Amino acid sequence: MSVTTPEGATSPMDIHPPDTIRDERRRQAFKHAERFALVAAWLLIIVVFAIAKPDTFMTAANFQTIFGSQSVLAIVALALLTPLLAGDYDLSVGSMMGLSGMLVAILNAQHGWPLAVAVAVALGAALIVGLVNGFFIIYLGVDSLIATLGSGTVISGLILWMSNSATVAGVSPDLVSAVIETKLLGVSLVFFYALAIAIVLWYVFAYTTLGRRLLFVGRGRTVARLSGIPVGRIRLGALVTSAIIAAIAGIFYVGTTGAADPTSSASFLLPAIAAAFLGATCITPGVFNAWGTLVAVYFLVTGITGLQLLGVQTFVQQLFYGGALVLAVALSQLAHRRGERQA
Amino acid sequence: MSTATALEVEGLSKTFGGSRALRDVGFSVRAGEIHGLVGENGSGKSTLIKLLCGFHSPDSPVPLRVGMVETELPLRAGEAARLGLAFVHQDLGLVPQVSVLENLLIDEIAADLSWRLSWSDQRRRANRMLSDFGLQYDLDQPIGRLRTTDRALVAIARAAARIRSAAIDAGEGGVLVLDEPTVYLPEHDRARLFEMMHSVAAAGVGLIFVSHDVDEVLANTDRITVLRDGRAVGTLTSAESTHEQVVGLILGRELAARVGAAAPPIEPTRSAYEIVGLVGGGARDIALSLQRGAITGLTGLPGAGFDDIPYLLFGANRASGGTLKIDGEEHDLTSMTPARALQLGMALIPADRQGAGAVGSLPVVDNLTLQVLGRYRRGPFLPRARMLRAAEEIAEAYDVRPRDPRMTYSSLSGGNQQKVLLAKWLLTEPQLLLLHEPTQGVDIGARAEIFTVLQRAARDTGCAIVIASSDHEQLAAVCHEVAIVRAGRVTERLRGADVTQERITEGCYSISDDEASAS
Repeated sequence: MSVTTPEGATSPMDIHPPDTIRDERRRQAFKHAERFALVAAWLLIIVVFAIAKPDTFMTAANFQTIFGSQSVLAIVALALLTPLLAGDYDLSVGSMMGLSGMLVAILNAQHGWPLAVAVAVALGAALIVGLVNGFFIIYLGVDSLIATLGSGTVISGLILWMSNSATVAGVSPDLVSAVIETKLLGVSLVFFYALAIAIVLWYVFAYTTLGRRLLFVGRGRTVARLSGIPVGRIRLGALVTSAIIAAIAGIFYVGTTGAADPTSSASFLLPAIAAAFLGATCITPGVFNAWGTLVAVYFLVTGITGLQLLGVQTFVQQLFYGGALVLAVALSQLAHRRGERQA
Repeated sequence: MSTATALEVEGLSKTFGGSRALRDVGFSVRAGEIHGLVGENGSGKSTLIKLLCGFHSPDSPVPLRVGMVETELPLRAGEAARLGLAFVHQDLGLVPQVSVLENLLIDEIAADLSWRLSWSDQRRRANRMLSDFGLQYDLDQPIGRLRTTDRALVAIARAAARIRSAAIDAGEGGVLVLDEPTVYLPEHDRARLFEMMHSVAAAGVGLIFVSHDVDEVLANTDRITVLRDGRAVGTLTSAESTHEQVVGLILGRELAARVGAAAPPIEPTRSAYEIVGLVGGGARDIALSLQRGAITGLTGLPGAGFDDIPYLLFGANRASGGTLKIDGEEHDLTSMTPARALQLGMALIPADRQGAGAVGSLPVVDNLTLQVLGRYRRGPFLPRARMLRAAEEIAEAYDVRPRDPRMTYSSLSGGNQQKVLLAKWLLTEPQLLLLHEPTQGVDIGARAEIFTVLQRAARDTGCAIVIASSDHEQLAAVCHEVAIVRAGRVTERLRGADVTQERITEGCYSISDDEASAS
């Protein structure tokens, strides 16, 4: 039992110097600016690219790409949120996405199974992956970073084995139609699927008792445990959720092309992590949140698309995503420190 | 013992916020002397040690003499080591996973800039450090595998070696400060530690020995300095002093006046909770009965195990034995979990408010409402506005300041943090409320409010309340009954007019006959 001396305590007067109204207003204004800084940055780069490349950037086709096919990335980023909120990493989401896509492609295109059954099998696989991750992380106490890095790598191997390292094409056109071909307001349906997932997560995180418990599990595991919250079950649930959302992303990814290739899903992990962390710096700064993540994904994708239209080579993707990840974490660290000073 | 001075300091004062932890303290230690430092919790012992080792800075620089060297506090970085001033803190400062050898030579490993470590050389040196005191250990095993006592001995050997290497430069004896090294040691092992302290002193080193155990200090020191309320109230020669004299100085003569407020009246009812044979942590065999509507204090010296009891009852720490009878119904404490404890109507407010009680980075409203979220639900929604309104009302009722429940928990003062925790748990209408050091870091005004809330909860809801605390003055002010724990067992129960600060403190320091056989 650690017993600290009362010496560190300060009197209430030290903690709250009487604020002038102007200070308070300034702080409120700053908070608002912080909440919407990323949204503003996104709009800003849109304006910049629109001026620089009006004929290619400001086209319907370009925005359809940004909001359409890139929405799969948004779903992977959303998948990460639940475990992140509960205080765990799930680095296997990229591979999980690849596995579910490959399962659907193989079962549907090569074995002729109905699409619905193939999708059900993919979701079942996600359930198993989530439970296995949870078993290692929660019951054996393996660090989530290590456990999911390992399980993700194992899954990538499985994908290569299943597919003989070859792309599997010929998936039912129904899927392609439901994901990318059918458009609403000029945007592919996949964008609206991502939106729907974001709305569900936002609702659960912000407006349910489960969301509150998830937050406490992530922020103060001891507090949660002493408050009678079933910490282990909630963490397990979060890991299963991330695997299932990642599997959904994988199914949609196959839908965007009609084929599953065994390696490209790996490239989704880092941008998704970058978006989740960047998203945590806005809307509700300091907390992983669904809207912030969506904004961050489209901010990143817009930036990269714009730069590529300007003629910058593809390596800019890595620079952009990697830089954004480090910057986002650095920003939240700074915000955290400032918060402590204010306190 | 020579008459040369090993350490001398004067006029040392330290203020934290508005309260003065040390006022004009001066004392001196002779070379070759073991000098005891005793006093109640909060008397300023640990502040004094933290000033000497440079963890805190005094209000204004004061002259400090170590051996022949005149310098001043605060010391510059690294100066303590050069002066031959070494410290062994309660936690011993060892790295448990690392070998005995590396723990012993950590200074040299840190300072050595050469490319190659000569392990055979280091091994010889480490062996010499140990053999000087007649110690012998397998140097390659992780130090965490040694028994607590042996770890303490290694820590002292290392400190002695540090002093010796500094004293070569300064040509002096040096000073070794031992800050409550015996707290976690079994009693029969302590003799080995004292033996070692005496052989360090024999080499001309001055020792400062901080301890709660008056008898231990009397038996093993040359002189004793007593601190009370931040002042050095006297220095006694150990051989000429009695237990009563030292305890008298620790408590102070004006004690009767300090207690003041009468203890609340007891309303004896049948006991609702019966704890039998509780074992775990420092608790060895706790038997205790608790009454509905009564506030029971648990206290003892550090290491006695009284502070483990709330955590064991709640299942926060796993007990290795014991049962809890609630109105005669038995519950096995070895399989208790927080979720189960909650079902049984228990609530725990831990001492670590920001680490275990609430999440500092989250707003007050979330911390406040966590246990009763269901009340604010409307259909499938948990409306934020409704939670905020409710939290504002609760903040009002418990006088949490400032009232704004959107502020982060960590931005509140200690007293207001504690009020939030009290509110959080009293909203669950507990039948058994367990608290650990509820007024630690809480200013006096808020303390009174917290006590009022507790007394009201006991009186109005019939809740049984347990307060584990080392603050005897406060236990005397709020408890109906106080149980004193020594060496993991309840040795004394004070009721009614006996619940006074003096009786409680005496109980903690008293020598009981079964003590020697207890361990």
